[in-house]
Amino acid sequence: MSKIIRVEKWHDVIYSMWIKALQISMKVQPGQFVILMIDEKGERIPLTVADYHREEGWVQVVFQTVGTSTMKLAQMSIGDEFFSFIGPLGKPSEIKKYGTVITIGGGTGIACIHPITRALKEVGNKVIAIIGARTKELIIMEEEMKEASTELHITTDDGSYMRKGFVTEVLKEVLQGEKNVRKVWAIGPAIMMKATCAVAKPFGIDVIVSLNAIMVDGTGMCGSCRVTVGGQTKYTCVDGPEFNGHLVEWREFMNRLTRYTELEKLSSKMYKKKCQRK
Amino acid sequence: MAKMIPMKERGKRTPRHMPEQDVHKRIHNFNEVSLGYTKEDAIYEAQRCLQCRSPTCMDGCPADINIPEFIKKIVEENFTGSYFEILKTNNLPAIAGRVCPQEEQCSKACVWNKANKAIHIGRLERFVADWARDNKIHLERVGIEKKNKKIAIVGSGPAGLTCSADLVKIGYDVTLFEALQKPGGVLVYGIPEFRLPKAIVEYEIGEIKRLGVTIETDFIVGLTKSVDELAEEFDAIFLANGAGAPRFLHLPGENLNDVYSANEFLTRSNLMKAYAFPKYDTPIKVGKKVAVIGGGNVAMDSARTALRLGTEEVHLVYRRTSKEAPARKEELTHAEEEGIIFDFLTLPLKILGNEQGDINGMECIKMRLGEPDESGRRRPIYIDGTNFILQVDLVIVAIGTAANPIVARSATGVKTNKWGYFITDENTCSTTRKGIFAGGDIVRGAATVISAVGDGKRAAKAINNFLQ
Ligand SMILES: Cc1cc2nc3c(=O)[nH]c(=O)nc-3n(C[C@H](O)[C@H](O)[C@H](O)COP(=O)(O)OP(=O)(O)OC[C@H]3O[C@@H](n4cnc5c(N)ncnc54)[C@H](O)[C@@H]3O)c2cc1C
Ligand SMILES: Cc1cc2nc3c(=O)[nH]c(=O)nc-3n(C[C@H](O)[C@H](O)[C@H](O)COP(=O)(O)OP(=O)(O)OC[C@H]3O[C@@H](n4cnc5c(N)ncnc54)[C@H](O)[C@@H]3O)c2cc1C
Ligand code: SF4
Ligand code: SF4
Ligand code: FES
Repeated sequence: MSKIIRVEKWHDVIYSMWIKALQISMKVQPGQFVILMIDEKGERIPLTVADYHREEGWVQVVFQTVGTSTMKLAQMSIGDEFFSFIGPLGKPSEIKKYGTVITIGGGTGIACIHPITRALKEVGNKVIAIIGARTKELIIMEEEMKEASTELHITTDDGSYMRKGFVTEVLKEVLQGEKNVRKVWAIGPAIMMKATCAVAKPFGIDVIVSLNAIMVDGTGMCGSCRVTVGGQTKYTCVDGPEFNGHLVEWREFMNRLTRYTELEKLSSKMYKKKCQRK
Repeated sequence: MAKMIPMKERGKRTPRHMPEQDVHKRIHNFNEVSLGYTKEDAIYEAQRCLQCRSPTCMDGCPADINIPEFIKKIVEENFTGSYFEILKTNNLPAIAGRVCPQEEQCSKACVWNKANKAIHIGRLERFVADWARDNKIHLERVGIEKKNKKIAIVGSGPAGLTCSADLVKIGYDVTLFEALQKPGGVLVYGIPEFRLPKAIVEYEIGEIKRLGVTIETDFIVGLTKSVDELAEEFDAIFLANGAGAPRFLHLPGENLNDVYSANEFLTRSNLMKAYAFPKYDTPIKVGKKVAVIGGGNVAMDSARTALRLGTEEVHLVYRRTSKEAPARKEELTHAEEEGIIFDFLTLPLKILGNEQGDINGMECIKMRLGEPDESGRRRPIYIDGTNFILQVDLVIVAIGTAANPIVARSATGVKTNKWGYFITDENTCSTTRKGIFAGGDIVRGAATVISAVGDGKRAAKAINNFLQ
């Protein structure tokens, strides 16, 4: 059974959780994710592994409360066990020595880009990390990212911390200055990943993005997570979650993220009501 | 106690019908459609059996059930004895009695079949299993000698469950690994509640656990641990991971928002209980007008699930006719009674949608049947100029499944064919690597519950021989 061993609330809507999961902690690689269920009636929630410790046997996830399931997750505390906890899922990031690379994290995507950044540096790359969020309080894991990268840039949309603006603006400047950038990783909201691709394209640089498609099983069984990449249908859970962003059919991907918007709204309305009654 | 009746009498009787939930009611609920025999029904039907000396019916049962013997005990009203008789070879009787395509199996091989009066063997099997469950009859196994050998089973569908049960019964230490949060395979995530109540599946799996099988759910072989790693820990391995990957038609528009694979639609509804949303957290879309593409059991299950979720109009789009449709006849009949609209001889060409990805129709073309093809079924041919648009807002693709490569990728030396199914010896289920066996849908392609059970039994025998 997978038990919560530590929880931290980093912001109104952002939480970090450390979970004892021996087998997964032994196997997980940067870029992979887990799927958990809170209780028998719960959804299967995919979350990226933000960090892990093989000896101590835990994995860390960082999540944002956006709907019923993540709100319920935020209610859990130390000692609680998950009804189901599986992984590691998805293909690991392709970590090797490229030379100079850039890693970009937006919002909770910062947590997802963290283990990738660290692994890329560990094998000898110069890693320029760019992280950004809407506002100061949403900048997470700053210390960890500083440690994990060679050089760290921080932006906030509203200018409340460090540089004002979007991560893409920093990316453009870095690409103009650095001539030897081999690859870019970008994880965050779909719109940010898409914009990152648009900026990198004229420089002829590949952007690896991590897609958070809507999933059920996470093992290639249902096809819920399918996405068109380079004209072919791929399953995000087993063929991804990382893909070459220049080949992703963004319109279709973003449309499919809205499949359950109406129903999710209904569900979270009911959940909030129930919480108020308590 | 009921008695055997004279031979002459047996010939006069007509097969006993099984009561069903009223059609107007059942399309609004997920309760079981077939209600099962009463004690009287069962005895009446059992009395028709001729108790043949060389019972042909048994040739049709992959689970090797001693059919005349268990039927005889029904007549004698020794239901416990009858249950134990079945349990000797089949550990999933309430399940098999419900979903085994008996009209193609035991009943087809029954001598009465020629006169169109085959004994309803599966219904009798179901009755006995249900009776035993209601009366809390358990088979206690004592004095099994431990063999001190460990076996890993991958996948908890009917193949994996059967193989585990058979091996634990002869003293092996058996661990069953399952990727999902619940064991049962297609029995829990695919086949809907109204055909196979999940409480029954849970019960029969519980009985297998009582025998001593350890079930590890949430364990994805190939990711959590590889087959190669399992091979270091275990003395033998049975791969029964099913043919779980969905297939699509590769039509334009197939990735529009509300195009579901049958796997996704049924998994959401059955395993995740989305039919009870928002009491359960997993959502499912309910279309106004739905097209289900396909003609097998999976298509029927999808169509009937959509109807029960509240869809106004459900079309079943199939390129051949009802005669060629691979679904069980009973399922076709039930679907038709419930008001599913059959669009036979119709081939979908394109799914149409708007900028936001919502579906606003499906372009189809009419077909006719030509000469038989390799499969022996008549080949459908386009009729030019018959294109039309079916007004639907949700599409479910139910054209079958394919092999999921996760397990095979992690198994060095276990060869697959070009479709990704394991290559095995028909008699022993052994793969191309010593000590590793495989069976069920991951060898046969999408087949049946009972053929998976049969493979599980064969593999258990072969594993026992291998470990002697
Ligand atoms: C591979 C992968 C890794 C992920 N990693 C993280 C992570 O590290 N941290 C984190 O906060 N979130 C992550 N997500 C997203 C997270 O799974 C969803 O936010 C969560 O499932 C939403 O559930 P909910 O019930 O709270 O919200 P819902 O009410 O279900 O949805 C609220 C909003 O989130 C979107 N959404 C719903 N389900 C998903 C889903 N499965 N994936 C993406 N968006 C969805 C909906 O479009 C909707 O707009 C990841 C998703 C995937 C597929
Ligand atoms: C909707 C539907 C309706 C059907 N109706 C009928 C019917 O009426 N009658 C009939 O006879 N047949 C029917 N069938 C077919 C029948 O269900 C299958 O042939 C049968 O279940 C195959 O059994 P199996 O044990 O080979 O595999 P499955 O039942 O597919 O079980 C395989 C199991 O392995 C697990 N698994 C997969 N990968 C891994 C992994 N990497 N690690 C661990 N576990 C893994 C899966 O999660 C699953 O639980 C139907 C099928 C479907 C989909
Ligand atoms: S073949 Fe038919 S009649 Fe004969 S024993 Fe079997 S079930 Fe009874
Ligand atoms: S398992 Fe199937 S084939 Fe065997 S007796 Fe039962 S219904 Fe007939
Ligand atoms: S989540 Fe089901 S196939 Fe990817």
